[in-house]
Amino acid sequence: MADQTTTATGTGGADRAAAARKMRIQTIIRTVGMLPVLIILAIAFEAMTGRFMSGQNLSIVAQQAAINIVLAAGMTMVILTGGIDLSVGSILAAAAMGAVIGSLIPEAGMLGIPFALAIGLLFGLVNGALIAFVKLPPFIVTLGALTAVRGVARLLGNDTTVFNSNLPFAFIGNGTLFGVPWLVVIAFATILVSWFILRRTVLGVHIYAVGGNPDAARLSGIKVWAVLLFVYGFSGLMAGLGGVMSAARLYAANGLQLGQSYELDAIAAVILGGTSFVGGIGSIWGTLIGALIIAVLTNGLILTGVSDIWQYIIKGLVIIGAVALDRYRTKGSART
Amino acid sequence: MQPNKAPILEMRGISKTFPGVRALAGVDLTVYPGEVHALMGENGAGKSTLMKILSGAYTADPGGEIRVEGRPVTIDGPLSAKQLGVAVIYQELALAPNLSVAENIYLGREAKAGGQVDRKAMKEGCRSVLDRLGAGFGPSTLVQDLSIAERQLVEIARAIHANARILVMDEPTTALSSRETDRLFDLIRQLRREGLAIIYISHRMAEVYELSDRCSVLRDGSYVGTLARSDLSAEALVKMMVGRDLSKFYKKDHDAHGSRGPVILKVDGVGDGGRVKPCSFELHQGEVLGIAGLVGSGRTELARLIYGAEVRASGTITLMGKPIDPRTPQDAINAGLVYLTEDRKGQGLFLDMSVADNINLGVIGRDARLFGILDRGKARERAAEGIRSLSIRVAGPQVEVGSLSGGNQQKVLLSRLLETRPKVLILDEPTRGVDIGAKSEIYRIIDDLAKSGVGVIVISSELPEVVGIADRVLVMREGHIAGEVGGASGTPATQETIIAYATGAATAPRAAHP
Repeated sequence: MADQTTTATGTGGADRAAAARKMRIQTIIRTVGMLPVLIILAIAFEAMTGRFMSGQNLSIVAQQAAINIVLAAGMTMVILTGGIDLSVGSILAAAAMGAVIGSLIPEAGMLGIPFALAIGLLFGLVNGALIAFVKLPPFIVTLGALTAVRGVARLLGNDTTVFNSNLPFAFIGNGTLFGVPWLVVIAFATILVSWFILRRTVLGVHIYAVGGNPDAARLSGIKVWAVLLFVYGFSGLMAGLGGVMSAARLYAANGLQLGQSYELDAIAAVILGGTSFVGGIGSIWGTLIGALIIAVLTNGLILTGVSDIWQYIIKGLVIIGAVALDRYRTKGSART
Repeated sequence: MQPNKAPILEMRGISKTFPGVRALAGVDLTVYPGEVHALMGENGAGKSTLMKILSGAYTADPGGEIRVEGRPVTIDGPLSAKQLGVAVIYQELALAPNLSVAENIYLGREAKAGGQVDRKAMKEGCRSVLDRLGAGFGPSTLVQDLSIAERQLVEIARAIHANARILVMDEPTTALSSRETDRLFDLIRQLRREGLAIIYISHRMAEVYELSDRCSVLRDGSYVGTLARSDLSAEALVKMMVGRDLSKFYKKDHDAHGSRGPVILKVDGVGDGGRVKPCSFELHQGEVLGIAGLVGSGRTELARLIYGAEVRASGTITLMGKPIDPRTPQDAINAGLVYLTEDRKGQGLFLDMSVADNINLGVIGRDARLFGILDRGKARERAAEGIRSLSIRVAGPQVEVGSLSGGNQQKVLLSRLLETRPKVLILDEPTRGVDIGAKSEIYRIIDDLAKSGVGVIVISSELPEVVGIADRVLVMREGHIAGEVGGASGTPATQETIIAYATGAATAPRAAHP
């Protein structure tokens, strides 16, 4: 019997030790999650193309994944509370417009960054307020925001594309820090911050609690409204950050096209990462792996020369198949 | 009794064992056509289990026998029960509110014409039943537009339309007004005249007197006996329902006269403007105050009002001499008043989270460092201490709460409340779904709390429990405090006096024993 079964006594001890062992294995499976799928995909694409694993290509994959990782980090918190945020793509577009327009201010072009973040945070908080105080369903609120904020994004540039060939923060989109692209640095930092919030703060425990059992959360004195306001605000802020990254990469922003259906990739990354759609279960590391799987698939299918149409079909099937596999593996405890 | 008729239903030696619990042990029940047969017993006596076996929701353990009209039958599912003519009218009505009356009556047996649902035939087909039952609505009415009483009528119509001959009604009057109740009783008498056998489950003595031809009593999963109408009396029924003495099981080491100590909680006129009438009482330091009453009498609702979980419409609350106004549970917790929910899994625990997280949830905010960063060392200490002091049997603090037994889950939840160092604890059904060993441990915890000067309110449907552990018992009926027994009330706290107040057999504040 293992040493951690100190409170287990009598005949039930052996059973409990076995149960604890089973639980540890389950925890490991849950933590590792989709990592094997990611590795298998990478090996398969390398075998097919011979170029996938090159340093240059991996850097491209990481950059392609970066914006989705940032959005998915916010989405993870929202989905952990049992909600959904469909508006992140539109918020990203509005924030990118704000970033480029702000960057055109003479002598103070860096203001574009706080502009974009503020736009993202503001829309996120509006979502959160409607959900927390007016008690509207998250799906409805953010579905409305998906459309309305898209309109705002177009309005910001009078429905044109705004350019700034002299973007003061272009390094974010194209530069590197000690050889690592800034986009990747930011994405990884986002993951670390999210991990810290979820695992090391009171707020994080409350996020899991609200998603796991909203009634119990309220009865045990958790300010459920504050948690909801935070997660939607955070998701909006991440979309704002995504807007900065996007604008910095393109030196431009277009309210109509930018960020279209990004919310779906973010949701797919979260679900692929093993986070339960009803809330309460999941981890930010899973989300990271989920976002990487999507990026690897996209990149790998292009490298192997699969046609654009088939890329869509294969990506969709892989998402469904991977989640089905995950459910099968963690049968009994999974509630995706 | 109908001695000249053959019984329509005979259940002999019915047993049912759930993992770890024997819910029924060799129960007998004989029902004749054209009689209303009341089935009585405390909560948990086995009435519902027996009826679930009859309706096919559960399968009985092998060894018993069920006969319908003298023929031995096997009931292995809801369908076979239906085919034998058994229909159950549940407390929670099982209708689809978005469908019409006719569609509900035909639910699962839709009339078809050429592969399509034949709505016209369905309407015509149930009109006669509705007429016979004296319904004031037509077959096309949507069920959601009907009152509870009318919905009940639809359920009865559905049963009769399916040729039911044995009708089980489980507390059918709980949600009805007295006029609606009278009409239901008229209907039941009409069905009795038409030869149906009606098994009527109720806690209300008055109804049982008024309606039943015979009354069978269950206690702790065993059959106690059957009384004919001429032998029915409150005294006889209460004796049969209560039976044994369990006083040795309960621990009461704290000062049982704590009710003479200083008042710690004063509740004055608290009500919700609807179901809960204004209620007033005082709780003393170191006292264990029981709140008894039937399910639905407003005990839980009152507790939730005091805790700030529901909106209070009237009344004031004073804790340790200071008025408090809890608008959210958080306000109550901060003031030092906590509530243990009766719905442990639905509203209490976070089943996917660890034992440690569940124990710490109420206090992590207080423990946290700057910027809400968790103090993990402190959390580990608290979890270990909680597991030790309440002897929670678990492999480790990181185990998910959902995998524990009911008793250990309850102790985890209690531990969370105790970590906030409350002055007043309201425990709602603290031993529900808990095995006998954990029960006595929970009684010990309650006793220790009282000894340490905490005021404890225990809401319980188990009469032996309330009588055993409480110093004084308030009895609620229909949203108000109907009486007080034990302590300085002048009426001894016994199961008989509590039942008398709870069922309305006694009403005056100092009513005599039944």
